[in-house]
Amino acid sequence: MKTSKQIAFSRRSFLKTSTLASGGMLIGFNLFNACKQDVVPPIDISELNFNDFNAFIKISDEGKVTIFSPNPEIGQGVKTSMPMIIAEELDVPWENVFVQQGVLDTKNYQRQVAGGSQSIRLGWEPLRQTGATAKQMLVNAAATKWGIDASECTAKLGVITNAKGETLGYGDVVKEAAVLEVPEGVKLKDPKDFTIIGKNTSNVDLDNIVTGKPLYGLDYKEDGMLYASVLRAPAFGQVLESFDASAAKAMPGVIDVITIGEKAREYLEKDKSNWTLRINRNDKIVVIANSTWAAIKGKNAVKTVWNTESELEDTEFHDKALVNLLEGNKFNTLRSDGNVKKAFAEADKILERTYESPFLAHNCMEPMNFFANVTEEKVHLVGPIQTPAATATIVSDLLDRNIEDVHVEMTRMGGGFGRRLYGDFACEAAEISNAIQKPVKMVSTREDDMSTGVYRPPTKYRIAASIKDGKITGYQLKEACVNGNSWGQISDFFPAGAVENYQFDVANYKSNITTGAWRAPYTNFLASAEQSFFDELAEVMGVDRIQLHLDLLQKVKGTTDERIQYNPERLEGVIKLVVDKSNWGNTKEGVYQGFSVYYCHNTHVAEVADIIMDNGVPIVKRVTCAVDCGIVVNPLGALNQIKGGVIDGIGHAMYSELTFNNGIPQSNNFDSYQLIRMGQTPNVDVHFVESNESPTGLGEPTLPPVGAAVANAIYAATGKRLTKQPYMNNMNVKEKIIG
Amino acid sequence: MPTFNLKINNKTHAVEADMDTPLLWVLRDQINLVGTKYGCGIGQCGACTVHVDGVATRSCLLQISQAEGLNITTIEGLSENGNHPVQEAWKDIDVPQCGYCQSGQIMTASAFLKRNPSPSNSEIRNAMHGNICRCASYNSIEKAVKVASEKLT
Ligand code: FES
Ligand code: FES
Repeated sequence: MKTSKQIAFSRRSFLKTSTLASGGMLIGFNLFNACKQDVVPPIDISELNFNDFNAFIKISDEGKVTIFSPNPEIGQGVKTSMPMIIAEELDVPWENVFVQQGVLDTKNYQRQVAGGSQSIRLGWEPLRQTGATAKQMLVNAAATKWGIDASECTAKLGVITNAKGETLGYGDVVKEAAVLEVPEGVKLKDPKDFTIIGKNTSNVDLDNIVTGKPLYGLDYKEDGMLYASVLRAPAFGQVLESFDASAAKAMPGVIDVITIGEKAREYLEKDKSNWTLRINRNDKIVVIANSTWAAIKGKNAVKTVWNTESELEDTEFHDKALVNLLEGNKFNTLRSDGNVKKAFAEADKILERTYESPFLAHNCMEPMNFFANVTEEKVHLVGPIQTPAATATIVSDLLDRNIEDVHVEMTRMGGGFGRRLYGDFACEAAEISNAIQKPVKMVSTREDDMSTGVYRPPTKYRIAASIKDGKITGYQLKEACVNGNSWGQISDFFPAGAVENYQFDVANYKSNITTGAWRAPYTNFLASAEQSFFDELAEVMGVDRIQLHLDLLQKVKGTTDERIQYNPERLEGVIKLVVDKSNWGNTKEGVYQGFSVYYCHNTHVAEVADIIMDNGVPIVKRVTCAVDCGIVVNPLGALNQIKGGVIDGIGHAMYSELTFNNGIPQSNNFDSYQLIRMGQTPNVDVHFVESNESPTGLGEPTLPPVGAAVANAIYAATGKRLTKQPYMNNMNVKEKIIG
Repeated sequence: MPTFNLKINNKTHAVEADMDTPLLWVLRDQINLVGTKYGCGIGQCGACTVHVDGVATRSCLLQISQAEGLNITTIEGLSENGNHPVQEAWKDIDVPQCGYCQSGQIMTASAFLKRNPSPSNSEIRNAMHGNICRCASYNSIEKAVKVASEKLT
């Protein structure tokens, strides 16, 4: 049934136009519906109204184009690259394009998420169609004016020209175009004719950022707004027993001290699976004040008694639990090919290694915060959030309000990394404002943010390979993780398909510590583990590590296994490119190299790290990174993403960890949690594979492979295999600050 | 609450605040200069950097009671039209990702270049080491400081 409807799918159903009273034309479309692959839009355009749209193109009668982009900006540059795609097909000079963050009515949104590096990949076709359709309407309007056929006109850079050489600007025909039928099946440009896509384009918020204009959630203000600081249980596993707020209430600027949490608890009784509300689900104390500082000081003055409700876990406890899992038999098999047991039984040689990673905090530079104003008429929420639609739904349930009453406005975000997929902080703000019936901003301190977070769970991998007659005959990977596990598709990444007997097993320990998505979930450490393993495997087999990969990929070419996610030719392409550009194997004396290659988030990446040793301390000097992400929409933005991903990956692999003692995170600010700093960063040298394929995401895929590139380089330099992150903790050296 | 007279971006502001209120929060909550960012509150990240008598200073550590009589410059007052050579360089290179740390980076870099207009690479890396960029735009920051130094000399 679904199929027959899809056949009837008409492009016009995701576009609608109208004239503007102020002059000009407005084109509305539902970006997120359009981006959903399996969406079946209403067949009849009359079923749509402008409330269904979340993105608009306004063309003024001077020909100026404003694109209202709904996509949340977390630093991955989609607020620039998505409008570039529309402008390309619309064929207007980029200087005439203005981009505005749309104010969002959260009704009917589908894929309104910045995460998973998917925005560009899913938006590519629909955005091009939208731009091209709008252009065709303008051309049709000009043709009607001239009394000729549209095929006799061409449009370029905002100007329509006919065979006689007469011209009309887009602005001259917007009135007429707006009332025309929306054409179907318009032709898209040949990628070789692109003039905007593929050109370096600066971040559209650049001027505002470098002059310090209010952009972020923390900068948002309204008249009469109060500030709220939330005191949450210090340990995971504790609940509030009692508190004394008399000292806090007596402090200047403090207006009230209340508790929240009841509503979330009621909700969770009905729906235990609600992830967002399970974050810090217990009763919390909230200090309301007339300034941020008064709220923070007030919070610090509240005296509390906490009760232990469940196990207060610590890092050794987690280590044991995960090792027990690896040694036990409580696994789920995600993928199994051939017979691994038999391959291992018949092997000449078996290599088995265990790799370990710690908890990590997100540490977005802008701590979690949200504005809420709950009144009888509506629930107004403003702030940095990656999932406004889901958050609006939860808030409407939580406060028992109609979803139509809930309005979410997204601000620019001071980083996301997965943390802002969870709207717990927005729910808190809504609950607070609901209680006091005033506009309020919930502000987390860095300590709140780091110690009551949603963490990257620690994971241990045990990987084993069987070798027979100089070939890899079996590959078995066991994953033990806290709370979650790799999901289906990850087990179809390399080397799945390349080894005949292959098995990917997962098991997890359920902890009361909240965990969640963190930049490149699961693969952020899985790639380090597997690519470190392959480096050692090549050595044990006595073969060249690059050749080993190329040989394995050879087997996957032409595969009929549709589950395989990566493209062997494209992985081969990035490997060859990185070998060439990194000068692999021909380094200066004292420079050691490590290689790594990985596919995730639809993008193929290979990396080589060059390190030197300085008094036993590894210093990463350069990372060469070869990327196949299809067409590069905005090379400038892409470079930022790629380099950021590489350096972020090095930082967390080498330096960062969050440990627990009695349920309490042992770091709560940057004096006890190390993040990479400039003196520790290599120069990242990026090379793109030339491609005409649709673009794929860049926010995540360059991070996962780099840990192994560094570990393998350290092995080349020292002969020591590092299997436990953060690596620096396991090198027995004190690092000096490197200038 | 006591009143303090602050000289910020060449304007005097009379603000009422608790003695121990960090300049950071006075700027953000009371004077509406929100370009100065909160990142850690303990002098570790540099997001809150302002100039005090021309020297890069962590506004999260400067109590308001000590700020009277000082010449304070925030990102909003670094240049008239956002065209300080460091801001220009930041735009040329398209440094920001999420952008949140960048006003602090710019304030650190501009104070540093004033003291040392043509720094070496390692001097740049040392000078910028106290400013965290969680998006890891370090390569671009380094390059932009270099470009700014060329603009200045
Ligand atoms: S907020 Fe002042 S140094 Fe981090
Ligand atoms: S640009 Fe995001 S923290 Fe620096």
